[in-house]
Amino acid sequence: MTRRLPPVSATDKVAGPADAPVTLIEYGDYECPYCGEAYPVLKAVQEAMGARLRFVFRNFPLTEMHAHALRAAQFTEAAAASGVFWAAHDMLYEHQDALDVASLTSYAAQLGIERRVLQAAFQGRYDAIIQQDFVGGARAGVNGTPCLFINGVRYDGPRDRQSLIEVLDRAAATAEIDVPA
Amino acid sequence: MTDPHDASTHALLQPGQAAPDFTLPATPDQRLSLSDLRGAPVILAFYPADWSPVCGDQMGLYNEMLPEFHRSGAQLVGISTDGVWCHAAFAEARKLHFPLLADFEPKGEVARRYGAYRAQDGVAERALFVIDAEGVIRWSYLSPLGLNPGADGILDALDALVPTPKPPVSNAPASDTLASNIHGAQA
Repeated sequence: MTRRLPPVSATDKVAGPADAPVTLIEYGDYECPYCGEAYPVLKAVQEAMGARLRFVFRNFPLTEMHAHALRAAQFTEAAAASGVFWAAHDMLYEHQDALDVASLTSYAAQLGIERRVLQAAFQGRYDAIIQQDFVGGARAGVNGTPCLFINGVRYDGPRDRQSLIEVLDRAAATAEIDVPA
Repeated sequence: MTDPHDASTHALLQPGQAAPDFTLPATPDQRLSLSDLRGAPVILAFYPADWSPVCGDQMGLYNEMLPEFHRSGAQLVGISTDGVWCHAAFAEARKLHFPLLADFEPKGEVARRYGAYRAQDGVAERALFVIDAEGVIRWSYLSPLGLNPGADGILDALDALVPTPKPPVSNAPASDTLASNIHGAQA
């Protein structure tokens, strides 16, 4: 059930080179504790993989389950519009216990996100992008958060650093063989 | 191949078969019949138990997917062998906006009729059915018990139903779930 994963596009939040042999896409929710657990692991994996990995984060806010998930996602869209997405992403996962509007507003100030940009985000300016992530993910088989896709295929295996690096290494090796020089 | 009509084989009911009607408690004082929902597609989601302890919880995910399901005019119903009070507490805790039916007494009878009962564990399987407006099963799926099947199969099955006239976009799902959900804010 991994068909139709939306291809990486201009609205995606991307870290790493476009021509990396492996693309790891995470569907995540900023308030989800399991995403919080995965955050430092994925950081370490990115570091270990270096330029061989392109990491993409997509929103999958479980808004009924998590009261702050939508606001947090809106905040990161405001950050993306201000060129500081990854700093915002990291800040939220490092402060999952403080995702209320006051905290988000304070983080925005720290990151230099203009107040009007944040307000517009809170008023729904980027909700279509968030919804596009959510629906695209659901149709591609996202069944909870975090949900990982490696080169377009859902990964249901263990999410510890070593396991992930091994599977990404294998995906990189396969991709590098497949791609003509 | 087992005969899906032979209940003793516990084979999952298949597309093309009529969905067996049933009446089950939805709350301590209300009952819901499948036939009440005739006229619009129905998603039946059998699942083993309330209180799955993860954010990847299947009913929680479907709760978030309600606006997408409603876009196809479909109603979602969850069914497990948990009792009504258990369902009530679970639905309240997870803010679920769709009915959970208690297949509690006789235990698992409806799940058995759909070939979705796991006798060795005394719980419903993780089994999905999409039933069309005329009450015919159009898609069914048996998931490994430990694996949340997600919503993609349901969405595909709903897409494949003969299109019924869709409500105008502006007044699409008139559900209270939308008030707090991002899907309402796409104007």
